[in-house]
Amino acid sequence: MLNSFVALTSLGRRTLPNLWDIIALCLVLGVFALAAFGWRGMAMPLEAPETAQLSLDYSALPYYGLRTTLRMFAAIAFSLLFTLVYATLAAKSRRAEMILVPLLDVLQSVPVLGFLSFTVTFFLGLFPGSTLGAEGAAIFAIFTSQAWNMAFSFHQSLRTVPRDLDEVAASFGLTAWQKFWQLEAPFAMPGLIWNMMMSMSGGWFFVVASEAITVGDVNVRLPGVGSYLALAIESKRIDCVVAAVVAVALIILAYDQLLFRPIVAFSGKFRVELSASQDEAESWVRDLFVRTRWLRVAAAWPAALLRRASLWKMALPFPAPRLPQSRRASVVFDVVWFAAIGAVFFYSLYLVFEFVRSAVSLDEFRHALLLTAYTMIRVIVLIALATLIWVPIGVWIGLRPRVAEKIQPLAQFLAAFPANVLFPIAVVGILTFRLDPDIWLSLLIIFGTQWYILFNVIAGASAFPNDLREVSANFRIRGFTWWKNVILPAIFPYYVTGALTASGGSWNASIVAEYVKWGNDTIEAQGIGAYIAAATAAGDYPKIVLGVSMMSVVVILFNRLFWRQLFGFVERRLRLS
Amino acid sequence: MPAHAMSAAAKAPLLELRNVFQAYGRSSGEKGPVVLDDISLRLDDGEIVGLLGRSGCGKSSLLRIVSGLARPSGGDVLYRGEKVDGPVDGVAMVFQSFALFPWLSVLANVELGLRAKGAREADARRRALQAIDIIGLDGFENAFPKEISGGMRQRVGFARALVVAPNILLMDEPFSALDVLTAETLRTDLLDLWVEGRMPIKSILMVTHNIEEAVLMCDRIVVLSSNPGRIAAEIRVTLAHPRNRLDPEFRQLVDQIYALMTRRAEPAKAREGTFPGLGLGMALPMVSTNTLAGMIEEVAAPPYDGKADLPALADSLQLEIDELFPVAETLQLLRFAELAEGDIKLTTAGKRFAEMDVDQRKKLFGDHLLAYVPLAQRIRRVLDERPSHYAPATRFREELEDYMSEDYAEMTLKSVTTWGRYGEIFAYDEGAQTFSLENPQ
Repeated sequence: MLNSFVALTSLGRRTLPNLWDIIALCLVLGVFALAAFGWRGMAMPLEAPETAQLSLDYSALPYYGLRTTLRMFAAIAFSLLFTLVYATLAAKSRRAEMILVPLLDVLQSVPVLGFLSFTVTFFLGLFPGSTLGAEGAAIFAIFTSQAWNMAFSFHQSLRTVPRDLDEVAASFGLTAWQKFWQLEAPFAMPGLIWNMMMSMSGGWFFVVASEAITVGDVNVRLPGVGSYLALAIESKRIDCVVAAVVAVALIILAYDQLLFRPIVAFSGKFRVELSASQDEAESWVRDLFVRTRWLRVAAAWPAALLRRASLWKMALPFPAPRLPQSRRASVVFDVVWFAAIGAVFFYSLYLVFEFVRSAVSLDEFRHALLLTAYTMIRVIVLIALATLIWVPIGVWIGLRPRVAEKIQPLAQFLAAFPANVLFPIAVVGILTFRLDPDIWLSLLIIFGTQWYILFNVIAGASAFPNDLREVSANFRIRGFTWWKNVILPAIFPYYVTGALTASGGSWNASIVAEYVKWGNDTIEAQGIGAYIAAATAAGDYPKIVLGVSMMSVVVILFNRLFWRQLFGFVERRLRLS
Repeated sequence: MPAHAMSAAAKAPLLELRNVFQAYGRSSGEKGPVVLDDISLRLDDGEIVGLLGRSGCGKSSLLRIVSGLARPSGGDVLYRGEKVDGPVDGVAMVFQSFALFPWLSVLANVELGLRAKGAREADARRRALQAIDIIGLDGFENAFPKEISGGMRQRVGFARALVVAPNILLMDEPFSALDVLTAETLRTDLLDLWVEGRMPIKSILMVTHNIEEAVLMCDRIVVLSSNPGRIAAEIRVTLAHPRNRLDPEFRQLVDQIYALMTRRAEPAKAREGTFPGLGLGMALPMVSTNTLAGMIEEVAAPPYDGKADLPALADSLQLEIDELFPVAETLQLLRFAELAEGDIKLTTAGKRFAEMDVDQRKKLFGDHLLAYVPLAQRIRRVLDERPSHYAPATRFREELEDYMSEDYAEMTLKSVTTWGRYGEIFAYDEGAQTFSLENPQ
């Protein structure tokens, strides 16, 4: 970038590092040191994973927090790599797209927590004798909660690169590699970064759930906030639970301030728009780095190197085919491709069918179906309840810019906060007051996900055009008419986005929320989530497969038949543009 | 003009198009409607050639074929005697939308073409700064595109094209996204550079729908007819630069081109596979009924009193031909006006329309719509024949797509829906995408 040029010339005048340099340097070195420190623990040979010593000492929490954070970053790095490869493949090849996109859609709807048992066994077998196996399993679990929406966003961006920019790239003869780094990746950046943030938020939930897992007799405990919490639950130490809550809150705050704010502020540069936008994202960390002198010079070298790499003429050894190949060859290839897809599909269908049939009776199947219905009712009722509560509040906040400015970050923070950290507190309450778990555990399902509804509604109400507000004031539209004809249609597109996210998250949460422990007490609600959780604890694989498949199918149907239709309606009728 | 024009390239023209033919591809593999038909054209050293035509005549497609960005369905493009089958090094393009990379600074945008080809960093920078200097962008090197005005952005577009030292500069309506004053400044600056020979280019091929712009800049104007695009005429402009818009000769040329472009198309030949005379395949432009009524009123009122000279009308209404012609032609189609020799003349119906009140206007409009627009006729007949008086829009859309591209079918259907609603000859439900006879009373 040009920055390197400017920084080098201005360096001549005053070469002393300024205060900002020192602060920023401390930050950077601190991050490096922490990473190195955490990694040593990760690669430590593992004598017996079951007996890894965890301490409930408060002073151990910072280290555990560090390990947990590292896991998060490892997972997001893998998700990014996956996104770049997978989405690019899907966007560049018509045949690959036919498979990859629907697959992504399914993966996105599958409750990944249900698969924890499989991945743990797989990864433990992959790295015998080292904690890396267990780490791998945990990182993979987080990865599965992060990667899909990032890949979706990236794929979407690649498909919508402005045509004129595409033509510029073609007319200058940019190679595929150059075009990817000069045009496609920058264009996709804002969407990708927003989705990365959402993914990171979602990931905290899974990191807490995946650090301490018991699958049958295999008992995995990785040093981290999640397992600290699990230990606190086992030992019935409510003070430690509170400490864990505080630790998680601090970590999330820190990563938001130190990492994502600067990145979002930076990504504003990549938005394709004609005029500088009014609300530039701000970040003190970015401002700090912009003010430094030495660090910017130091950063210029790698930046120039990266730039050179991005302009590397990595052309294919043969010229890319310009003309579509002969039609017949293409048709033959299509037939073969479809046949292959069909074969794989039917074979896997057969495998699942056989596996379930051999181990599960028809009664069991009916039982699981009934439980799925229970969970579904729970999700629907709770989303409705959250809607009734949060929509009016969100509208109230959103229409008052001053308030919205303060509340919005809070709502986003609450959405990122892993609700499962708070579960034990709720459980203690249920136990103490002898409440009905079927009702009161349900609330936990929506506990972490309701905030998506809130902050989307706030965003919608904030974006409500001022002239429409004035019109309704001018015509004295009030009360019920105002809600029905003015504000609800206006926020509905935002609400649908929030409710869809909340619904997806709630299904996943049901696996942890319907089956909770406090010391030796287990509280269980009737539902497919509890079914899966109990089967996991018992290591009963056929039941896990049955439960997870059942839930996946229902979630996919629910998305297709309900949310997708609603989205279509919103796109057609209610988009204010 | 560049002095070294006469050597090796003298044998073959700089650029030659031979019988270029372009049709929309259908996913099924069969050939769709024709966009460009039998275009042959040559571009020699030292000339500015303008492709003049209205939207839908395929002029932008032709430019993309020339630049190697698109491939014709038939015919050849030869650059210095060699067949073009991809973007060529000696050809650079300037885009209507500027097409700058928003995340790159002005300097980086200009450098990009050189860096992509593997030019050394220092070398690329030197040449980019030189181009920026020529085009008058000094001081803006570090700015990002969103910080600068439209005129400055298009200058970046020019600098980016010039820096790769092309032989041919292609321009796709480069001034049409700019306001009048900015566009004029840019045109003059570009012409000055060209006349003084300060640009490293041999020839310019530009696409425009602005007749005056074409006469102002070009040595040769190629007029394209629409649907499908064919070469309708070729006009040499021998006026010396700088040209004066008020020069009688200049005005005469403009009038001549207007007349040429409004000439009645010869009776449409029955195209193969369609129902001759049914006329369903007519693409309808997107023109609002308010604009139509406004135009009738304008022409009916003094000073025109029912007959207006199109260039004068375009001037007084501040309309480009791309906006003016569709309106005029829709009026002609509906028999409210006649076009001939660059004039628009109201018919008796047109004059009556001007004097009517709203309801009478709607009635007359509806009658004319049914009488003269085959698609409106067809929709109404289907609705009348069906006992339910309902018909899905897809049915007509698919029918239209036999004659035209999907985009045009969509636009045509939208136009007929708007007109039909205004004339109250049928109703349309957007949610259900159906036509019906029920007008909510």
